[in-house]
This record gives sequence, structure tokens and C-alpha cells, in this order.
Amino acid sequence: MNPHLRACMALVLRDVRSAARRPGDVATPLFFFVVVSALFPLAIGPELNTLRLIGPGIVWVGALLSSILAMHRLFGADVADGSLEQLALSPTPLGLLVAAKVLAHWLLTGAPLVLVAPLIAVQFDLSFDSMMVLLLALVLGTPVLSLIGAVGAALTLGLRGAELLLCLLVLPLYIPVLVFGAGAVQAHLGGLGAQAHVSVLLAMLSVAVFLCPWAASAALRIAME
Amino acid sequence: MLSVQQLACERGRKRLFSDLNFQVRPGVCLHVQGANGAGKTSLLRIVCGLAEALQGEIHWRGQDTRLDPGAWRAELVYLGHTPGLKDELSAAENLHFQSQIDGWKLSQEQIDGALQRVGLGRQQQIPLRHFSQGQKRRAALARLIARPAPLWVLDEPLAALDQAAQQLVAQLLAGHLQAGGMALITSHQPLGVPCLDLRLGA
Amino acid sequence: MFWLQYAAPQRLYGLAGRIYPLAFLLAAVLTAVGLYLGFWVAPADFQQGQAYRIIFVHVPASWMSMVIYVAMALWAWLGLSFKTRVSGMMTQALAPTGALFCFLSLWTGALWGKPMWGAWWVWDARLTSELILLFLYLGYIALTRAIDDPRRADRAGAVVALVGVVNVPIIYFSVKWWNTLHQGASVSLTKSPSMAAVMLWAMLVMTLAFWAYAVGMAFYRVRQTILEREQDAAWVGELKEIAP
Repeated sequence: MNPHLRACMALVLRDVRSAARRPGDVATPLFFFVVVSALFPLAIGPELNTLRLIGPGIVWVGALLSSILAMHRLFGADVADGSLEQLALSPTPLGLLVAAKVLAHWLLTGAPLVLVAPLIAVQFDLSFDSMMVLLLALVLGTPVLSLIGAVGAALTLGLRGAELLLCLLVLPLYIPVLVFGAGAVQAHLGGLGAQAHVSVLLAMLSVAVFLCPWAASAALRIAME
Repeated sequence: MLSVQQLACERGRKRLFSDLNFQVRPGVCLHVQGANGAGKTSLLRIVCGLAEALQGEIHWRGQDTRLDPGAWRAELVYLGHTPGLKDELSAAENLHFQSQIDGWKLSQEQIDGALQRVGLGRQQQIPLRHFSQGQKRRAALARLIARPAPLWVLDEPLAALDQAAQQLVAQLLAGHLQAGGMALITSHQPLGVPCLDLRLGA
Repeated sequence: MFWLQYAAPQRLYGLAGRIYPLAFLLAAVLTAVGLYLGFWVAPADFQQGQAYRIIFVHVPASWMSMVIYVAMALWAWLGLSFKTRVSGMMTQALAPTGALFCFLSLWTGALWGKPMWGAWWVWDARLTSELILLFLYLGYIALTRAIDDPRRADRAGAVVALVGVVNVPIIYFSVKWWNTLHQGASVSLTKSPSMAAVMLWAMLVMTLAFWAYAVGMAFYRVRQTILEREQDAAWVGELKEIAP
């Protein structure tokens, strides 16, 4: 097997295994997602007609916020124990290793969000087929969130107030994903069909997969100097 | 053979060193010394490629290391201030992972042997979070044994080690140099092997 | 190349010092001319009466906020490619002015929106994109201020500026899509059936005025930055402004 591929797979396994031995790290963003989503009906009122309208948007904002909460953890632990330097010293290009880390991160934060989203969607009385569209949009969109977040996490590595700075940097860049992700469900509800939105999300994912690891590894090298 | 030419380094606004030239031939250990903040760690990081120099070049076996950074990184092992190991994993798991990241084959027997040599044979399956600082640094040393790299770049390898562990480092270093390897080491303490000295910030 | 000599902070300090007073003077003159053209000479709009005149500030401010961001991205790319220190300084010098124009654009947009549409804020595609551009500026400024090491600040800021400039069209496109989908016919704050020539001239003059101001402020700021960063250099100690 290609040594680079082996290195990347080893990295994904290592991150997942490390996180499995610290389950609190995975659970917290998930609980945050659930709690935040419940706040909106409490603030707006239990009228189902209203909730049905705003449901997809709320699920997406909740996913966005909990995604960004967990983002600094992508490189944080590795900086603290010095293993990030060792990754930078690997013969495998850092961009590939960053992509592997983002994949592991998505498996631990994004994928659980997608699995829990149907439960949240039920709170907003979303129909079954709308929920399917929502899940598809989340499956395509949450990796993009992780990829863009990785660039932000790399830029703010080790800074004071890094978490807030990360939010400020990355949230504006999340907006296109939000617009098309939530828009997909609304288009479906409006009878227009979500194909266009889903195609755009797919395009964003393809572009992000190529550009973000490279930008993040450049930012990492800048930060590690 | 490692050759450093006209190296200059700047951190923040301060010029740490300029026009630095030295060579490290096979079998030679270069002991970098200097006061705190003189640029010892920066020099090592620049040699590894983790940081960029303001000026100057680094040549390995006659070729500029910037031409093929991946190949250059395969030739060296760097141990920095922090061990570079994951606390949730065991020493054996960490070593196995490092071999895969660095792209070299390591069998279970070799892992066993390396960890025995650093005195962690019986604790190799225990997560590192249960280890003391000294034990973690020993686990990091296992990599030097397991991996055949010509150049060792070590930043304060003797820190937080007890007498026995320091002797172990000296033995490993002596063996490595005898086999034709090279080493670039910073340390406030004597290394226990004959070295060339390089003093920064004088 | 002739311009490469100004990559040295000392040369740039001198050049900037000669340019910025002229730039400010030009800005003042052009602003006076532009406002005169816009507020006295240009006729009242058929539909919108006198209130529309705010576009002579709103539109140039929006244009400049985008032009400055592109300029920042250009300097950022130069800095990362050629590793010149002045590139990072110029990028950082431009950012506050760009943010200011963004803010001005949003504020004048609101001032226009109230008499026109009855609301202080409408989620028009352009205004919303302008708001997001302001966030991008603020993010850049916050990041560069948070990093102590000037070299890391320059290079990290350069990455942010480049990532941002790539995303600005994406964000604009997304917001436009979002807007038309939800409102049917798009609400556009600058749609006028035909503009009298005088109005176009006024906007052009105001744009040039803002551009001159931006150049002046950027060069003024970069001089401060150069003094801070190069304070240990011999030539700084010998400057008239510094030496007793």
C-alpha cells in the first residue's frame, strides 16, 4: 500500500482511538446541539406552523455552532503534546495528513450531528421526506464546515482567545453552506425540489476537499514557526 | 553529511544569529550550547524544516534540503521539548503509529525490543497518561532505537531524566555515532560522549 | 525593476511620507467637488425625491470597500510569494480603512432604506454581502492584532485575506440566491431606470475621493508600522522626527 495512504489511515485510526478513550469530548458538542435547538421553540412559542417554517434553519444553525465549538480541538491536543510537530516532520505531505485529521474530526463531531438531527427535526414536525433532504444536506455540508473550520483552527493555533477568534474568522465563511443547506429543505418544502441546492453543496464539498487541507497546512507551518 | 551555510535567524524583532556555518560528518555529534533565548531550539527547528531561516542554506549529502523536503524529513529524527506522544495511547501503540507516519516498517518484536531497551518492557500496553514525565521521555527515546535514521536532532534530551536514563541516552548516542550516524543536540548538561561544541549568542 | 527598491522599509517610509499629504489634499478637493455635484447640481430623482442623494456616498463607499479588500489580497499574495516584509505592513495598513468604508456603506444604506422602504434594514443581497464583508474585515483585524510576532501576524493575515477574497464571490452568489428565492423579484437599492450623466460623474468623483483618502491613510499608517517594527535599525534613529 502507498505509504502516504497508510500514514493517513493510521492517523484517522489514532485520532478516533484517542477520542474513544475520552468520550466526554465527543459528547459535549452533541449535547450543545440538542440544547441549543430546544432553546428556539422556547423563545418563539410552541405554534407548530411557525416551528415547521423555522425548523430546518434552526437545525442548521445548531449544527454550525456546535461544529465551531469543537473546532479548536482539531489541532489543540496535538500542539500541547508535540505530536503536531512530528506530523509536520513526516515524509507524507502535511496537506494529506490534515485531510486525514479533518476526516477523523468529522467522524467524531459531524457524523454524530447527522445521526441526531432526525430527533431534533421531529421537534419541529418535519415530514419524512423533508427530513431526508435535511440529512442529505447535512451529510454534504458538515464536512465542508469541518474543512473550513480546519483552516481557521490552523490560523488561530495557540493564540489567546483562540476559540472566539476562530468563530469570528470562520462564521462568515460558513454562510454559503448555511444558505444552501437550509435552503435545500425550504426549496423542497416549497415544492421547487432541492436538486440545485444539493448540487451546489456537492460542488462546495469537492472544492473544499482540495483547497482547505492545503490552506490549513500552510497556516499550520506559519503557526509552528 | 550535513552542511549549514551562512544561516541567519530572526525571531520577533531580534536577530538571533547570522552567518552561521558548520558541518557535521558521519560519526560526529555537534553539541549546541548557549544561554536561554540564544536560538538553540530555533537552529534545530530550522535544520529540520519546521521553521524558516532568514538567510542561508542547509545541504544534506550535497543537496539543498529545500529541493525535496519529504526525502529530507525521512533522513532525520527530531525529539523536541515535548515527547510528541499521545497520552490516551500506550507506548507500544504510539511507537507503532509513529512508524506508520514516518513510513518505515516495524514488527511487533522490534517494538517489544525497543521498549525493553528503554526499560518500559512491562508497561508497554498501559496508556501514557499513567506514566511519569520521566517515563514518557523514555517512551519517546524508543523511537531512536526503532527507527534507522542517519541524523538525530535532539532538543534537551537529558531534561527530566534520572541518572539511569541519562546513561541510556549516552549509550544510544555512542552506538549511533559508531555506526556512522550524526547528531545535532542542544543540552545544558554534558552529553557523555565526545562532541564538537557550537556556542550561540557569544 | 523600479518598484522593487520600495520593498525596503526605509525607501517606503520616504515615499509614503511624500505621498500621503498630497493624497489627503486630493481627497479633500475631490470630496468637495463630488458632494457639490451630488447635492446641488444633480437634479432630484423622479421617484425618490431628495433622499436618494445618499447614494453618492453609499455607492462609492461600497465600491471602495470591495476594491480595498482586493488590494489587500494582492499585497497578501505578493507577501507570501516574495516574502517581502512591506507587503504584510501594507495589507494591515489598508484593513481599517476598508472596514470603515464597509461600515459607512451599511450606515448610509440604512439611512437610504428608511425613507425608501420604511425599514432601517432590508435583507437586500448587496447590503447583506456588505455586512458579511465587514465581518471578514473584522476577522482579519482581530487575528492580526492577536498575534504578537509580526512575521506570523503578516503571514497568517495574508492567508485570511486570500481565503476571504476567494470566498467573497461565493458569499455574494449565495446571498443573492437566498434573497431572490425568498423575495421573488429582487430588491435592489441601486436600481434606477436611467441615471443622469451628472449623477454618474458625481459618483465617480466621490469614488476617486475615497480612493485618494484610502491611499493617504494606508501610507500614513504604514509609516507608523515601519517605525514600530524597524525601531532598532540605524536609519530610524537618524530621522528628523525621532532624533532630538
